[in-house]
Amino acid sequence: MHTPYDTRLPPHLQDLKVQIEGYAREYGLDFYETIFEVVDAEDLNEIAAYGGFPTRYPHWSFGMAYEELKKSYDYGLSKIYEMVINNDPCYAYLMRSNNVVDQKLVMAHVYGHCDFFKNNAYFAHTCRKMMDKMANHGTRIRSYVEKFGEDQVEAFLDRCMSIDDLIDVHSTAIRRRPETSRFDFSSEADKNDPNQVLRFKSKDYMDEYINPRDVLKAEEDLRRKQAEQAARAFPEQPEKDVLLFLIENAPLKNWQRDILSIIRDEAYYFAPQGMTKILNEGWASYWHSTIMTQKALSPSELIDYADHHSGTMAMSRTRLNPYKLGIELLRDIEMRWNTGRFGPEYEECDDLEKKRTWDKQLGLGRQKLFEVRRIHNDITFIDTFLTPEFCVQHNLFTFAYQEQSGQYYIESRDFQKIKQRLLFSLTNFGKPWIYVIDGNYRNRGELLLKHQHSGVDLRLDQAADTLANIQFIWGRPVHLTTLVDGKPTTLSFDGTDHTIKTGGESDDTRSKTPAKTR
Amino acid sequence: MGQKIERDHQRFRKLVRGKVKSNLSKYISRGEMIGKKGKDLISIPLPQINIPQFRYGQKGSGGVGQGEGEPGQPLGPGQLEPGQGAGDQPGGHILEVDLTMEEMASILGEELALPRIEPRGKKNIVTRRDRYTGIRQTGPESLRHFKRTFKRALKRQISSGSYNPQDPIVIPIRVDKQYRSWKEVRQPQAVAVIIYMMDVSGSMTDEQKEIVRIEAFWIDTWIKAHYQGVETVYIIHDAAAQEVDEHTFYHTRESGGTKISSAYLLADKIITARYPPEDWNIYAFHFSDGDNWGEDIPHCLEVLQDKILPRVNLFGYGQVESPYGSGEFYEYIHEMLGQRNNVVCSRIPDREAILGSIKEFLGTGR
Repeated sequence: MHTPYDTRLPPHLQDLKVQIEGYAREYGLDFYETIFEVVDAEDLNEIAAYGGFPTRYPHWSFGMAYEELKKSYDYGLSKIYEMVINNDPCYAYLMRSNNVVDQKLVMAHVYGHCDFFKNNAYFAHTCRKMMDKMANHGTRIRSYVEKFGEDQVEAFLDRCMSIDDLIDVHSTAIRRRPETSRFDFSSEADKNDPNQVLRFKSKDYMDEYINPRDVLKAEEDLRRKQAEQAARAFPEQPEKDVLLFLIENAPLKNWQRDILSIIRDEAYYFAPQGMTKILNEGWASYWHSTIMTQKALSPSELIDYADHHSGTMAMSRTRLNPYKLGIELLRDIEMRWNTGRFGPEYEECDDLEKKRTWDKQLGLGRQKLFEVRRIHNDITFIDTFLTPEFCVQHNLFTFAYQEQSGQYYIESRDFQKIKQRLLFSLTNFGKPWIYVIDGNYRNRGELLLKHQHSGVDLRLDQAADTLANIQFIWGRPVHLTTLVDGKPTTLSFDGTDHTIKTGGESDDTRSKTPAKTR
Repeated sequence: MGQKIERDHQRFRKLVRGKVKSNLSKYISRGEMIGKKGKDLISIPLPQINIPQFRYGQKGSGGVGQGEGEPGQPLGPGQLEPGQGAGDQPGGHILEVDLTMEEMASILGEELALPRIEPRGKKNIVTRRDRYTGIRQTGPESLRHFKRTFKRALKRQISSGSYNPQDPIVIPIRVDKQYRSWKEVRQPQAVAVIIYMMDVSGSMTDEQKEIVRIEAFWIDTWIKAHYQGVETVYIIHDAAAQEVDEHTFYHTRESGGTKISSAYLLADKIITARYPPEDWNIYAFHFSDGDNWGEDIPHCLEVLQDKILPRVNLFGYGQVESPYGSGEFYEYIHEMLGQRNNVVCSRIPDREAILGSIKEFLGTGR
C-alpha cells in the first residue's frame, strides 16, 4: 500500500514481529500475511479517524472523529495503542512512541484479530481487498465533489449516513428473495398468463352451456384481483435492508445511487466487527495474554505488561468492557471443556461440592475455543456460554432507567435478566429494527416503514429527522409506524411538514388500501 | 505532507462555527461540557455533530454492568450511554483519564482567550504567613538545613586536614550547623463572592434553567480559579425575592409575576450585611427571560445604578430567550453599557450560545 507515511518497521521491531508471528503459528493461529506499519500519534489519530483506511472518501465526520482523538491524546486522556484492518494482507498500525513491551503486546493482540478475521464465519463475506476498494470509493466520491460541488455531495452523504445502519446483516448468509436476473427481459405476458381462466373442453355448440360466459367473467375478475393483490405487495416481504430498497427503487440520480451503494458497501464491511466485538476482542486478548505470559515476556517487562493489560481490562459499573467480558468468557469455556463441566451429566448433578471439584481431565478446552471463534458471533456466544456461575463470579448486574428520577438504577442480579439485557443490547447492534413495509403506500407511491417494537420506544425527535432524510431520498411522503407508550403511532413527513398520529393505522394498513401496482 | 484529515477537520470546524450554511447546525452539541463526575472532575469541551438516526429512547432502556451494589441502588444521573454501539473502530484500545477543575479552568481560558481577572485592589483581609527565607545559626533540629550544614562541615574538615578522600566521612559539629529561619509575611488575600439571581416566574422553562446552570457552572469554575476563597449566594425571585441554597435555586418553579427590583434590593441587603465591598470582590449575575412588570423597571434601574453597580466588580445580565417572555429588559440594561464599565449583558437564546455568552461575561477581565 502506498501511504504518505514513513511506515518502515525498524529492525528491532522486525525481529519482534518474526518472533511473535512464530509463537502465534505454534499455537495454531491461522492468519493472512500481516503487515505492521509504524506511525506517529498524529498519523495514527488520522488513520483511526478514517476507520483504519487512510484513503477513505472525504467527509467532515472523519474530521470530527479526528478532533476527538487528537484532543483526548493532547490532553493525555486516552491514546490508541493499535489498529488492525480486516484485509488480505492484514494491516496493523503501531504507535511509534510505544515502548517495546507495548509493541509486543500489540503484535500478539493483532495476530489474534487477524486469525479471527480470517476464520470467523461472519467475516467470510467481507471483501478482503477493502484497502483498494475504499480507495476506489474515495476516488469516486472525490470526482462527484468536483462535478457537483462539495456542498451538494456532502449534504447527500449526511443523509446517507443518517440511515447507514438500516441494513440486514444476515442477508449475506440467507437468501431473502428468489434470485432474479437484471437481464431477464421476458415479460410476465410471455409466460403462462395466470389470468387466463381455465375452460372446459367442449364442442362449439355446447360451449355456451359448459363454459357459461358470466361464470367465466366472474372467475376472471377474481383471478385478476388476486393477482393484483399479490403484485401490489411491494416489497413482497418486509425488507430490512432499507438501503438496498432505496438503491433499487428510489428515484435517484446516478451519482446519488452510487454514493448510497458505497455507504451500504462499507456498512456491510464494518458490520461483522460490530457483531463480534466481544468475541473478537476477547479472542485477541486471550492470545496476547497467552503469548505474552507463556512465551514473549521478559522478566523486566512484567510490571509494565501487567499494568497495561489490566488497564485494558478495566470494567466500569455502567459499561461492560468487551475485552474483559470476552476474555473471561473464553477462559471460562476453556476451563469447562478442560474439566468436562458441560453436557447433561454435569447439568443434572445436584451435588454442589461435586460440581465445584468436577474434573474429568478431558483437555478439550483449546479445541473448543477454536471452534467457538469459527462459528460464533456475540449473540450466539453469550447465548450459548453465559452461565449463572459466571455472572455471580464476575459480579454482573443489570441496570435500568427510571423515568421519575432520570437515573439509572441497579435492577437485578438475576441470571435470566442479565442474559436478556445483554442479548438485547447486542441484537441488531442495540438499534431499533426498521423494515420497509410498503413502497406504494396508499397507492400514492408513498413509503411506509415499520419499527418492530421490542419494548423500548424510539427517540422521536431523532426519528422524525431521520425520516426527513429518507423522504429526501424517496421523493414522496414517508411514514413510520411504531409504538409510543404502548399506543400505535405513525410519524410522517411529506417534504415540508412532520405529523404524528397516535392510534392511527397499524399493521393491517396494507389490506385496507385499494389495490394497484406502482 | 499535507494531512488529508486537515481538510476534513477544517470542514468540521467551519460547520461547528456556522461558517458554512448547512442543515446540520441543529445537530451541533456541546453537551460534553458539564460532565461533572464525582468530585471536581469533568470531561473536556468537545463540539459534536450528531447525525440523526433511528435510536432507542431512554425510557425502558438499561444494560449490564459489573461491580458491587444492591438492586435498587442508583448508578448516577442518566447521562451514560446505554448499549455498546456498533463500534466500527477496529480494535482500538482506549485508556481514560479525568481532568481536575484547575485544568478545566485553564482549558476554558485557552479556548475562549479569556483575560485573567485582576482582583480589584488589595483587600483588607490580610493573612499572616510564615515564609522560610533566611538562615540562622541556632534552631530546632527539625529545621536543620542539611546541605548547608554538610558543606560547612566539609569545608572545615578539608581546611583542617581531617578529611580523607579514601574514607569520606563528614561529621558536622555544633558550629557547622545551619538552620532555616522564617519571616512573617503579611499578605492581602483576595476573596470573592458570586451572587446569582434568577427569575423563576412561570415563564422560565426547565431548558432555560439548564442553560443558567451550565453558564453558572463555568462562571464558578473561572472565578474560583482566581480567588482563594469564593462564596456563592443564590437568589430567586418572581414578584418577591428570597435567598435559597443551590439545589433550590435550580429546581424551584414559581408562577406569577416578575419584579426584578425585589432581587436587586435583596442582593443589596446581603452585600451590606455580609460582604462589605471593602473586603470582598463582588460578582453579581442575573438571569431572566427579560420579562418584568412595567412599572418596576425605573425602580430596578435606580437600585442597580445607585446601590449595586458602585459596589460590585462586575454585574452581568444574561437573558435566556423564552417563548413567553417579552425580553424588553435587555434593552434597558443595554443602555447602561456606555455609562458604566462594569456592566455586561448577553443574550443566550439556546445552548449553543452559552460559550459565546461566557466569553462576553468573563472577557472583561474584571
